[in-house]
Amino acid sequence: MTYTKKLKPHEFKIWHGKQPLLGQLDIELTERCNNNCIHCCINLPENDSKAKKKELSTEQWKKILDQAAELGALAVRFTGGEPLLREDFKELYLHARHLGLKVLLFTNARNITPALAALFVKIPPLEMIEVTVYGMRRKSYEAISRKPGSYAEFRRGVNLLLKNKIPFVVKGALLSPNKKEIDEFESWAATIPWMDKPPSYSMTFDLRGRRDSLKKNRLIKTLRATSGEIVHILNRHREAYCKEMNQFCQKFIGPPGKELFNCGAGHGGCVDAYGRFQPCLSLRAPDLTYDLKKGILQDALTRVFPKLKKITASNRTYLKRCARCFLKGLCEQCPAKSWTENGTLDTPVKYLCEIAHVQAMDLGLLIDGERGWEITDWRTRTTKMK
Amino acid sequence: MTNKVKLNAVYVPSENVVAREIEGEIIIVPLTAGIGDAEDDLFSLNETGRAVWKFLDGKKTLAQIAKALGKEYNSPLAEIEKDVAGLMVELLKRRIVSEKKRS
Repeated sequence: MTYTKKLKPHEFKIWHGKQPLLGQLDIELTERCNNNCIHCCINLPENDSKAKKKELSTEQWKKILDQAAELGALAVRFTGGEPLLREDFKELYLHARHLGLKVLLFTNARNITPALAALFVKIPPLEMIEVTVYGMRRKSYEAISRKPGSYAEFRRGVNLLLKNKIPFVVKGALLSPNKKEIDEFESWAATIPWMDKPPSYSMTFDLRGRRDSLKKNRLIKTLRATSGEIVHILNRHREAYCKEMNQFCQKFIGPPGKELFNCGAGHGGCVDAYGRFQPCLSLRAPDLTYDLKKGILQDALTRVFPKLKKITASNRTYLKRCARCFLKGLCEQCPAKSWTENGTLDTPVKYLCEIAHVQAMDLGLLIDGERGWEITDWRTRTTKMK
Repeated sequence: MTNKVKLNAVYVPSENVVAREIEGEIIIVPLTAGIGDAEDDLFSLNETGRAVWKFLDGKKTLAQIAKALGKEYNSPLAEIEKDVAGLMVELLKRRIVSEKKRS
Protein backbone atom coordinates (compact mmCIF):
# COMPACT_ATOMS: atom_id res chain seq x y z
CA MET A 1 0.00 0.00 0.00
CA THR A 2 1.21 3.52 -0.78
CA TYR A 3 -0.02 6.57 1.05
CA THR A 4 1.39 9.27 -1.20
CA LYS A 5 0.75 9.65 -4.89
CA LYS A 6 3.03 11.47 -7.29
CA LEU A 7 1.24 14.05 -9.36
CA LYS A 8 2.49 14.24 -12.91
CA PRO A 9 2.85 17.74 -14.32
CA HIS A 10 -0.26 18.93 -16.18
CA GLU A 11 -2.21 15.87 -15.03
CA PHE A 12 -3.78 17.18 -11.90
CA LYS A 13 -6.96 15.20 -12.31
CA ILE A 14 -7.22 14.44 -8.65
CA TRP A 15 -10.19 16.69 -8.11
CA HIS A 16 -12.69 14.58 -10.04
CA GLY A 17 -14.64 17.40 -11.62
CA LYS A 18 -14.35 19.97 -8.82
CA GLN A 19 -11.22 21.62 -10.08
CA PRO A 20 -9.89 24.75 -8.42
CA LEU A 21 -11.03 28.05 -9.91
CA LEU A 22 -7.53 28.88 -11.10
CA GLY A 23 -4.98 26.41 -12.45
CA GLN A 24 -2.15 28.72 -13.43
CA LEU A 25 -1.68 32.45 -13.39
CA ASP A 26 0.47 34.30 -15.90
CA ILE A 27 2.16 37.42 -14.64
CA GLU A 28 3.90 40.01 -16.80
CA LEU A 29 6.15 41.54 -14.19
CA THR A 30 7.25 44.31 -16.52
CA GLU A 31 6.99 45.34 -20.14
CA ARG A 32 10.54 46.67 -19.98
CA CYS A 33 13.33 44.60 -21.49
CA ASN A 34 17.10 44.70 -21.65
CA ASN A 35 16.82 43.64 -25.29
CA ASN A 36 15.20 45.73 -28.00
CA CYS A 37 14.21 42.94 -30.35
CA ILE A 38 13.12 43.99 -33.80
CA HIS A 39 10.06 41.73 -33.76
CA CYS A 40 8.84 42.18 -30.17
CA CYS A 41 5.13 42.76 -29.52
CA ILE A 42 5.53 44.19 -26.02
CA ASN A 43 8.96 45.47 -25.02
CA LEU A 44 9.65 48.92 -23.65
CA PRO A 45 13.14 50.30 -22.94
CA GLU A 46 14.89 48.91 -19.87
CA ASN A 47 15.09 52.32 -18.22
CA ASP A 48 11.63 53.58 -19.15
CA SER A 49 10.96 55.42 -15.89
CA LYS A 50 7.34 56.18 -16.78
CA ALA A 51 6.57 52.50 -17.33
CA LYS A 52 8.52 51.52 -14.21
CA LYS A 53 6.56 53.94 -12.09
CA LYS A 54 3.26 52.52 -13.33
CA GLU A 55 4.22 48.91 -12.55
CA LEU A 56 2.68 47.17 -9.55
CA SER A 57 4.67 47.33 -6.34
CA THR A 58 6.17 44.33 -4.59
CA GLU A 59 3.33 44.30 -2.05
CA GLN A 60 0.67 44.49 -4.76
CA TRP A 61 2.22 41.52 -6.56
CA LYS A 62 2.43 39.57 -3.33
CA LYS A 63 -1.26 40.12 -2.69
CA ILE A 64 -2.09 38.84 -6.18
CA LEU A 65 0.10 35.77 -5.62
CA ASP A 66 -1.67 35.17 -2.30
CA GLN A 67 -5.02 35.29 -4.06
CA ALA A 68 -3.83 32.91 -6.79
CA ALA A 69 -2.72 30.37 -4.19
CA GLU A 70 -6.01 30.73 -2.29
CA LEU A 71 -7.91 30.04 -5.50
CA GLY A 72 -5.97 26.79 -5.93
CA ALA A 73 -3.41 27.74 -8.56
CA LEU A 74 -0.49 25.33 -8.66
CA ALA A 75 1.76 27.39 -10.90
CA VAL A 76 2.61 30.94 -11.81
CA ARG A 77 4.40 32.01 -14.98
CA PHE A 78 6.66 35.05 -14.68
CA THR A 79 7.11 36.68 -18.04
CA GLY A 80 7.48 40.16 -19.48
CA GLY A 81 9.28 42.10 -20.97
CA GLU A 82 12.21 40.60 -19.15
CA PRO A 83 10.98 39.57 -15.70
CA LEU A 84 14.50 39.49 -14.26
CA LEU A 85 14.72 43.26 -14.65
CA ARG A 86 12.48 43.62 -11.61
CA GLU A 87 14.71 44.43 -8.65
CA ASP A 88 12.32 42.49 -6.42
CA PHE A 89 12.31 39.36 -8.58
CA LYS A 90 14.01 37.24 -5.91
CA GLU A 91 11.51 38.38 -3.28
CA LEU A 92 8.52 37.65 -5.51
CA TYR A 93 9.96 34.30 -6.56
CA LEU A 94 10.45 33.24 -2.94
CA HIS A 95 6.99 34.48 -2.01
CA ALA A 96 5.45 32.37 -4.77
CA ARG A 97 7.45 29.29 -3.84
CA HIS A 98 6.63 29.63 -0.14
CA LEU A 99 2.96 29.73 -1.09
CA GLY A 100 3.46 26.33 -2.72
CA LEU A 101 3.33 27.64 -6.27
CA LYS A 102 5.54 26.24 -9.00
CA VAL A 103 7.25 28.96 -11.00
CA LEU A 104 7.65 28.98 -14.75
CA LEU A 105 10.13 31.64 -15.83
CA PHE A 106 10.34 33.05 -19.38
CA THR A 107 13.63 34.87 -19.81
CA ASN A 108 16.40 35.77 -22.23
CA ALA A 109 18.85 34.55 -19.53
CA ARG A 110 20.96 37.72 -19.66
CA ASN A 111 20.33 38.53 -16.00
CA ILE A 112 20.93 35.04 -14.62
CA THR A 113 23.63 35.73 -12.05
CA PRO A 114 25.59 33.30 -9.86
CA ALA A 115 23.41 34.38 -6.92
CA LEU A 116 20.19 33.73 -8.81
CA ALA A 117 21.46 30.38 -10.04
CA ALA A 118 22.33 29.46 -6.44
CA LEU A 119 18.79 30.37 -5.40
CA PHE A 120 17.29 28.16 -8.15
CA VAL A 121 19.49 25.28 -6.94
CA LYS A 122 18.45 25.70 -3.32
CA ILE A 123 14.79 26.41 -4.04
CA PRO A 124 14.02 25.03 -7.49
CA PRO A 125 11.26 26.59 -9.57
CA LEU A 126 9.74 23.09 -10.17
CA GLU A 127 9.08 24.04 -13.77
CA MET A 128 11.71 24.22 -16.48
CA ILE A 129 12.94 27.72 -17.23
CA GLU A 130 12.29 28.71 -20.85
CA VAL A 131 15.03 30.69 -22.58
CA THR A 132 14.45 32.38 -25.92
CA VAL A 133 17.49 32.33 -28.20
CA TYR A 134 17.96 34.98 -30.88
CA GLY A 135 21.11 33.70 -32.54
CA MET A 136 24.07 31.39 -32.19
CA ARG A 137 26.60 34.14 -32.81
CA ARG A 138 27.09 37.65 -31.59
CA LYS A 139 26.39 39.16 -35.00
CA SER A 140 23.05 37.41 -35.57
CA TYR A 141 21.91 37.65 -31.93
CA GLU A 142 22.61 41.35 -31.64
CA ALA A 143 21.16 42.12 -35.07
CA ILE A 144 17.88 41.05 -33.47
CA SER A 145 18.33 42.13 -29.84
CA ARG A 146 19.87 45.46 -30.91
CA LYS A 147 21.84 45.56 -27.66
CA PRO A 148 25.63 45.40 -27.79
CA GLY A 149 26.96 42.85 -25.33
CA SER A 150 23.67 40.99 -25.07
CA TYR A 151 24.96 37.83 -26.75
CA ALA A 152 27.81 37.40 -24.27
CA GLU A 153 25.41 37.91 -21.36
CA PHE A 154 22.95 35.37 -22.78
CA ARG A 155 25.74 32.82 -23.15
CA ARG A 156 26.96 33.51 -19.64
CA GLY A 157 23.43 33.07 -18.26
CA VAL A 158 22.86 29.81 -20.09
CA ASN A 159 26.26 28.50 -18.98
CA LEU A 160 25.33 29.27 -15.37
CA LEU A 161 22.14 27.25 -15.75
CA LEU A 162 24.07 24.35 -17.28
CA LYS A 163 26.85 24.47 -14.71
CA ASN A 164 24.36 24.44 -11.85
CA LYS A 165 22.19 21.76 -13.49
CA ILE A 166 19.12 23.99 -13.39
CA PRO A 167 16.56 22.50 -15.79
CA PHE A 168 15.76 24.71 -18.77
CA VAL A 169 14.68 24.47 -22.37
CA VAL A 170 15.42 26.79 -25.27
CA LYS A 171 13.18 28.08 -28.02
CA GLY A 172 13.97 30.18 -31.05
CA ALA A 173 12.67 33.29 -32.75
CA LEU A 174 13.32 32.68 -36.41
CA LEU A 175 14.33 35.83 -38.28
CA SER A 176 16.53 36.73 -41.27
CA PRO A 177 19.75 37.23 -39.27
CA ASN A 178 19.60 33.74 -37.71
CA LYS A 179 17.75 31.63 -40.30
CA LYS A 180 20.97 30.11 -41.63
CA GLU A 181 21.94 28.98 -38.14
CA ILE A 182 18.96 26.70 -37.63
CA ASP A 183 20.96 23.44 -37.90
CA GLU A 184 23.59 24.78 -35.55
CA PHE A 185 20.90 25.91 -33.12
CA GLU A 186 19.16 22.55 -33.13
CA SER A 187 22.44 20.65 -32.71
CA TRP A 188 23.34 22.82 -29.74
CA ALA A 189 19.82 22.54 -28.28
CA ALA A 190 20.10 18.74 -28.47
CA THR A 191 23.09 18.90 -26.10
CA ILE A 192 20.98 20.53 -23.38
CA PRO A 193 20.05 17.69 -21.03
CA TRP A 194 16.41 18.72 -20.60
CA MET A 195 15.58 19.14 -24.29
CA ASP A 196 13.62 15.98 -25.09
CA LYS A 197 12.44 17.28 -28.47
CA PRO A 198 13.60 19.86 -31.02
CA PRO A 199 13.08 23.48 -30.03
CA SER A 200 9.95 25.35 -30.99
CA TYR A 201 10.12 28.59 -32.96
CA SER A 202 8.29 31.89 -33.06
CA MET A 203 7.79 32.75 -36.69
CA THR A 204 4.42 34.47 -37.01
CA PHE A 205 5.21 37.35 -34.61
CA ASP A 206 2.29 39.14 -33.02
CA LEU A 207 1.81 42.81 -33.65
CA ARG A 208 2.18 45.23 -30.74
CA GLY A 209 -0.20 44.04 -28.03
CA ARG A 210 -1.06 47.58 -27.01
CA ARG A 211 -1.59 48.74 -30.60
CA ASP A 212 0.88 51.49 -29.69
CA SER A 213 3.06 51.80 -32.79
CA LEU A 214 1.94 51.63 -36.39
CA LYS A 215 5.56 52.01 -37.45
CA LYS A 216 6.67 49.01 -35.40
CA ASN A 217 3.69 46.99 -36.62
CA ARG A 218 4.70 47.66 -40.20
CA LEU A 219 8.20 46.42 -39.40
CA ILE A 220 6.91 43.28 -37.59
CA LYS A 221 4.79 42.38 -40.63
CA THR A 222 7.88 42.40 -42.83
CA LEU A 223 9.70 40.07 -40.43
CA ARG A 224 7.06 37.34 -40.37
CA ALA A 225 7.77 34.04 -42.07
CA THR A 226 5.73 33.26 -45.17
CA SER A 227 3.28 30.34 -45.06
CA GLY A 228 5.69 28.35 -47.26
CA GLU A 229 8.60 28.99 -44.89
CA ILE A 230 6.51 27.98 -41.90
CA VAL A 231 5.48 24.67 -43.45
CA HIS A 232 9.09 24.08 -44.46
CA ILE A 233 10.29 24.59 -40.88
CA LEU A 234 7.51 22.43 -39.44
CA ASN A 235 8.56 19.66 -41.80
CA ARG A 236 12.14 19.60 -40.60
CA HIS A 237 11.09 16.74 -38.35
CA ARG A 238 8.33 15.42 -40.60
CA GLU A 239 7.49 12.18 -38.80
CA ALA A 240 7.16 13.74 -35.36
CA TYR A 241 5.28 16.71 -36.81
CA CYS A 242 2.73 14.53 -38.64
CA LYS A 243 2.20 12.36 -35.59
CA GLU A 244 1.63 15.39 -33.40
CA MET A 245 -0.70 17.06 -35.90
CA ASN A 246 -2.66 13.87 -36.36
CA GLN A 247 -3.34 13.64 -32.64
CA PHE A 248 -4.09 17.33 -32.49
CA CYS A 249 -6.52 17.33 -35.41
CA GLN A 250 -8.46 14.33 -34.13
CA LYS A 251 -9.17 16.33 -30.99
CA PHE A 252 -9.37 19.97 -31.89
CA ILE A 253 -10.30 20.45 -35.52
CA GLY A 254 -13.82 21.44 -36.57
CA PRO A 255 -15.94 24.53 -37.25
CA PRO A 256 -16.12 26.75 -34.14
CA GLY A 257 -19.48 28.43 -34.81
CA LYS A 258 -20.19 32.04 -34.01
CA GLU A 259 -19.02 31.97 -30.38
CA LEU A 260 -15.66 33.72 -30.27
CA PHE A 261 -14.23 32.30 -27.07
CA ASN A 262 -13.94 28.57 -27.66
CA CYS A 263 -10.49 28.64 -26.14
CA GLY A 264 -9.38 28.50 -22.52
CA ALA A 265 -9.35 32.30 -22.20
CA GLY A 266 -10.87 33.43 -18.95
CA HIS A 267 -10.42 30.09 -17.13
CA GLY A 268 -7.07 31.44 -16.04
CA GLY A 269 -5.53 34.64 -17.23
CA CYS A 270 -2.63 37.02 -17.26
CA VAL A 271 -2.00 40.01 -15.05
CA ASP A 272 -0.15 42.74 -16.92
CA ALA A 273 2.59 44.83 -15.36
CA TYR A 274 0.09 47.45 -14.21
CA GLY A 275 -2.45 45.15 -12.57
CA ARG A 276 -4.94 44.61 -15.36
CA PHE A 277 -6.14 41.03 -15.44
CA GLN A 278 -6.49 39.80 -19.02
CA PRO A 279 -8.38 36.65 -20.08
CA CYS A 280 -5.17 35.45 -21.75
CA LEU A 281 -1.59 36.52 -22.32
CA SER A 282 -2.36 38.31 -25.59
CA LEU A 283 -5.80 39.82 -25.16
CA ARG A 284 -5.41 43.41 -24.01
CA ALA A 285 -8.67 44.88 -25.30
CA PRO A 286 -9.40 47.29 -22.42
CA ASP A 287 -13.11 46.40 -22.24
CA LEU A 288 -12.27 42.75 -21.59
CA THR A 289 -9.71 43.28 -18.85
CA TYR A 290 -10.24 43.73 -15.12
CA ASP A 291 -8.43 46.15 -12.83
CA LEU A 292 -6.90 44.25 -9.91
CA LYS A 293 -5.99 47.48 -8.19
CA LYS A 294 -9.72 47.89 -7.60
CA GLY A 295 -10.86 44.28 -7.35
CA ILE A 296 -9.82 40.68 -6.82
CA LEU A 297 -8.94 37.70 -9.02
CA GLN A 298 -11.95 35.72 -7.83
CA ASP A 299 -14.35 38.44 -8.93
CA ALA A 300 -12.86 38.51 -12.43
CA LEU A 301 -12.91 34.72 -12.71
CA THR A 302 -16.44 34.22 -11.45
CA ARG A 303 -18.28 37.37 -12.46
CA VAL A 304 -16.50 39.03 -15.38
CA PHE A 305 -14.66 36.47 -17.51
CA PRO A 306 -17.54 33.95 -17.79
CA LYS A 307 -19.37 36.60 -19.83
CA LEU A 308 -16.79 36.09 -22.58
CA LYS A 309 -18.43 32.78 -23.45
CA LYS A 310 -21.52 34.65 -24.58
CA ILE A 311 -19.72 36.95 -27.01
CA THR A 312 -20.53 36.06 -30.59
CA ALA A 313 -19.16 37.27 -33.91
CA SER A 314 -20.95 39.87 -35.97
CA ASN A 315 -18.38 40.40 -38.70
CA ARG A 316 -19.98 39.05 -41.88
CA THR A 317 -16.78 37.63 -43.33
CA TYR A 318 -16.01 35.92 -40.03
CA LEU A 319 -19.49 34.37 -39.93
CA LYS A 320 -19.26 33.28 -43.55
CA ARG A 321 -15.73 31.90 -43.28
CA CYS A 322 -14.07 31.45 -39.87
CA ALA A 323 -17.23 30.34 -38.05
CA ARG A 324 -17.70 27.57 -40.61
CA CYS A 325 -14.06 26.68 -41.21
CA PHE A 326 -12.98 23.25 -39.99
CA LEU A 327 -9.37 24.45 -39.88
CA LYS A 328 -10.13 26.54 -36.80
CA GLY A 329 -7.97 24.26 -34.67
CA LEU A 330 -5.01 24.73 -37.01
CA CYS A 331 -5.57 28.42 -37.51
CA GLU A 332 -4.35 30.88 -34.90
CA GLN A 333 -7.27 33.22 -35.53
CA CYS A 334 -8.71 34.22 -32.17
CA PRO A 335 -10.14 37.35 -30.52
CA ALA A 336 -6.69 38.35 -29.25
CA LYS A 337 -5.04 38.12 -32.67
CA SER A 338 -7.98 39.89 -34.26
CA TRP A 339 -7.76 42.68 -31.70
CA THR A 340 -4.04 43.28 -32.09
CA GLU A 341 -4.29 43.17 -35.88
CA ASN A 342 -7.55 45.04 -36.41
CA GLY A 343 -8.85 46.47 -33.15
CA THR A 344 -11.94 44.23 -33.20
CA LEU A 345 -12.52 40.73 -31.85
CA ASP A 346 -13.89 39.10 -34.97
CA THR A 347 -12.08 40.37 -38.05
CA PRO A 348 -10.41 37.50 -39.93
CA VAL A 349 -6.62 37.78 -40.01
CA LYS A 350 -5.65 37.05 -43.60
CA TYR A 351 -2.06 36.06 -42.76
CA LEU A 352 -3.17 33.39 -40.28
CA CYS A 353 -5.84 32.10 -42.65
CA GLU A 354 -3.26 31.64 -45.38
CA ILE A 355 -0.86 29.76 -43.08
CA ALA A 356 -3.64 27.41 -41.92
CA HIS A 357 -4.61 26.64 -45.53
CA VAL A 358 -1.05 25.97 -46.69
CA GLN A 359 -0.49 23.79 -43.63
CA ALA A 360 -3.75 21.91 -44.26
CA MET A 361 -2.73 21.22 -47.85
CA ASP A 362 0.62 19.92 -46.68
CA LEU A 363 -1.13 17.59 -44.22
CA GLY A 364 -3.53 16.32 -46.88
CA LEU A 365 -6.62 17.93 -45.37
CA LEU A 366 -7.24 20.13 -48.43
CA ILE A 367 -6.35 20.09 -52.09
CA ASP A 368 -5.21 23.14 -54.01
CA GLY A 369 -7.96 25.72 -54.42
CA GLU A 370 -10.22 24.42 -51.62
CA ARG A 371 -11.15 26.64 -48.71
CA GLY A 372 -11.71 25.28 -45.22
CA TRP A 373 -15.20 26.77 -44.84
CA GLU A 374 -16.45 25.02 -47.99
CA ILE A 375 -15.64 21.51 -46.82
CA THR A 376 -18.45 19.36 -45.46
CA ASP A 377 -16.66 16.00 -45.22
CA TRP A 378 -14.00 17.31 -42.86
CA ARG A 379 -14.43 14.45 -40.40
CA THR A 380 -13.53 11.90 -43.08
CA ARG A 381 -10.55 14.00 -44.13
CA THR A 382 -9.31 14.28 -40.58
CA THR A 383 -9.39 10.52 -40.06
CA LYS A 384 -7.62 9.96 -43.41
CA MET A 385 -4.96 12.63 -42.95
CA LYS A 386 -1.29 11.82 -43.54
CA MET B 1 7.60 -1.71 7.69
CA THR B 2 7.67 0.31 10.87
CA ASN B 3 11.45 0.51 11.32
CA LYS B 4 12.71 4.05 11.88
CA VAL B 5 9.22 5.12 12.93
CA LYS B 6 8.52 5.41 16.63
CA LEU B 7 4.98 5.48 17.93
CA ASN B 8 6.03 7.58 20.90
CA ALA B 9 7.70 10.20 18.73
CA VAL B 10 6.24 13.47 17.48
CA TYR B 11 6.52 14.15 13.75
CA VAL B 12 6.07 17.53 12.08
CA PRO B 13 5.70 18.71 8.49
CA SER B 14 9.13 19.47 7.10
CA GLU B 15 10.27 22.99 6.38
CA ASN B 16 11.38 21.62 3.01
CA VAL B 17 7.82 21.34 1.73
CA VAL B 18 4.68 23.43 1.51
CA ALA B 19 1.45 21.55 2.19
CA ARG B 20 -1.61 22.99 0.51
CA GLU B 21 -5.23 22.04 0.87
CA ILE B 22 -6.96 22.44 -2.48
CA GLU B 23 -10.54 21.28 -2.99
CA GLY B 24 -10.25 18.81 -0.11
CA GLU B 25 -6.95 17.34 -1.28
CA ILE B 26 -3.64 17.76 0.53
CA ILE B 27 -0.99 18.64 -2.04
CA ILE B 28 2.64 18.48 -0.96
CA VAL B 29 4.80 20.90 -2.92
CA PRO B 30 8.59 20.61 -2.48
CA LEU B 31 10.27 23.84 -1.48
CA THR B 32 13.87 22.66 -1.56
CA ALA B 33 15.59 20.26 -3.93
CA GLY B 34 15.68 16.50 -3.44
CA ILE B 35 12.15 15.78 -2.19
CA GLY B 36 10.84 13.95 -5.24
CA ASP B 37 12.59 11.58 -7.64
CA ALA B 38 12.22 14.20 -10.34
CA GLU B 39 12.56 17.85 -9.54
CA ASP B 40 9.01 18.75 -10.47
CA ASP B 41 7.30 15.99 -8.47
CA LEU B 42 4.32 17.03 -6.39
CA PHE B 43 2.48 14.62 -4.13
CA SER B 44 -1.05 14.10 -2.91
CA LEU B 45 -2.00 12.08 0.16
CA ASN B 46 -4.52 9.24 0.28
CA GLU B 47 -7.36 9.16 2.83
CA THR B 48 -5.10 7.89 5.62
CA GLY B 49 -2.55 10.54 4.76
CA ARG B 50 -5.13 13.32 4.80
CA ALA B 51 -6.53 12.14 8.13
CA VAL B 52 -3.11 11.93 9.77
CA TRP B 53 -1.78 15.17 8.30
CA LYS B 54 -4.36 17.22 10.20
CA PHE B 55 -2.98 15.88 13.48
CA LEU B 56 0.68 16.72 12.78
CA ASP B 57 0.57 19.71 15.11
CA GLY B 58 3.96 19.26 16.72
CA LYS B 59 2.38 18.05 19.98
CA LYS B 60 0.79 14.66 19.43
CA THR B 61 2.80 11.47 19.24
CA LEU B 62 2.00 8.93 16.56
CA ALA B 63 0.39 6.73 19.23
CA GLN B 64 -1.89 9.60 20.24
CA ILE B 65 -2.78 10.28 16.61
CA ALA B 66 -3.56 6.60 16.02
CA LYS B 67 -5.75 6.54 19.13
CA ALA B 68 -7.67 9.62 18.00
CA LEU B 69 -8.16 8.14 14.52
CA GLY B 70 -9.25 4.82 16.03
CA LYS B 71 -12.06 6.63 17.81
CA GLU B 72 -12.97 8.71 14.74
CA TYR B 73 -13.09 5.74 12.37
CA ASN B 74 -14.14 3.10 14.92
CA SER B 75 -11.34 0.77 13.78
CA PRO B 76 -9.00 -1.58 15.69
CA LEU B 77 -6.05 0.36 17.11
CA ALA B 78 -3.44 -2.12 15.83
CA GLU B 79 -4.66 -1.64 12.28
CA ILE B 80 -4.62 2.14 12.55
CA GLU B 81 -1.13 2.12 14.10
CA LYS B 82 0.14 0.01 11.22
CA ASP B 83 -1.32 2.44 8.67
CA VAL B 84 -0.03 5.52 10.47
CA ALA B 85 3.46 4.04 10.77
CA GLY B 86 3.43 3.00 7.10
CA LEU B 87 2.52 6.50 6.07
CA MET B 88 5.29 7.96 8.23
CA VAL B 89 7.88 5.66 6.62
CA GLU B 90 6.95 7.09 3.22
CA LEU B 91 6.85 10.67 4.39
CA LEU B 92 10.17 10.37 6.23
CA LYS B 93 11.82 8.76 3.21
CA ARG B 94 10.76 11.71 1.09
CA ARG B 95 11.69 14.28 3.77
CA ILE B 96 8.08 15.49 3.84
CA VAL B 97 8.04 15.14 7.64
CA SER B 98 10.74 15.07 10.24
CA GLU B 99 10.91 13.89 13.84
CA LYS B 100 10.55 16.68 16.34
CA LYS B 101 13.49 16.78 18.68
CA ARG B 102 12.56 16.65 22.34
CA SER B 103 13.45 19.88 24.11
